[in-house]
Amino acid sequence: MEAASVAFSLGGLRINSTVVTTWGILLAFGMSCWLATRRLSVDNPGLVQTALEGVVQSIEAAIEGVLPGRAGLLLPFVGTLWLFVAVANLTGIVPGLHAPTGNLSTGAALACLVFVSVHWFGIRSEGLKNYLRHYLVPSPILLPFHLLGEFSRTIALAMRLFGNIMSLEMAALLVLLVAGLLVPVPVLMLHIVEALVQAYIFGTLALIYIAGGMQSHAAAEHSKAPSSNNTKGSSP
Amino acid sequence: MSDMHWFVLVSTVAAALAIAIGIIFPAIAMGRAITQALEALSRQPEAEKSITRTLFIGLAMIESLAIYVLVIVLIILFRNPLLEYLLK
Repeated sequence: MEAASVAFSLGGLRINSTVVTTWGILLAFGMSCWLATRRLSVDNPGLVQTALEGVVQSIEAAIEGVLPGRAGLLLPFVGTLWLFVAVANLTGIVPGLHAPTGNLSTGAALACLVFVSVHWFGIRSEGLKNYLRHYLVPSPILLPFHLLGEFSRTIALAMRLFGNIMSLEMAALLVLLVAGLLVPVPVLMLHIVEALVQAYIFGTLALIYIAGGMQSHAAAEHSKAPSSNNTKGSSP
Repeated sequence: MSDMHWFVLVSTVAAALAIAIGIIFPAIAMGRAITQALEALSRQPEAEKSITRTLFIGLAMIESLAIYVLVIVLIILFRNPLLEYLLK
């Protein structure tokens, strides 16, 4: 729970190392995407282009599995979440750097983005009236629980990422204090696996929350006409 | 023993007990979830994708309970808000 160390101050505004690392990751992402997409070709794709296409296609397939036919709409947001959280979690292994997601503020910011985009995509695809109606389904008595669920799941999203990543770093540190040279290596391997799993879970939960908001209307239609065959995102 | 000694002792014991007891039930729940998922997977191997996705999400939900315990324990150990009454 230690506060992130202050890297430098910018006219009274103290910039801590988490923000600096986040900027670094954003810069690295931007630069690598710019470098990789400079020479794209359809007939003769290079190695980098093929790799990038593989990444984008697998993300698209994952979104398609939850929301058939709407992958193009959600690909920019959910794909960015997946890639950013994965890379941000993995920076924890680099010596001298801390994972930005190990700070509660980063997780809270990402969770707020997810919270806003659930409503944004929901209203955009359903219309305001239909979207608001899903709070009253199946009965208006459930309205407080719907509202409570909106907030508690956002807080849980932030808490989960923060708790996992911070506890991983802390565990590695404690093992390092107890035992010496090679013992922390398995812990660091666990760090890699856990970082990727947490990124996957964060993005998938965001995707499913958004899908729950977008399909509220379709789900109501679905219960009337059970012949259509779409996978409904489960909203907890 | 002074108040401070008691405070340190009790908060350490409370933290250890809280994490020990608080992990038991999420562990049981995760084990049950994985068992059921494996059973479903062996019955219907073709539904692997959706089972895996749902399993991961369920595990994340269960895991967040354990994370809440961890956060409470860390608050007890490092940022106990009740400590300032003692230090006044």
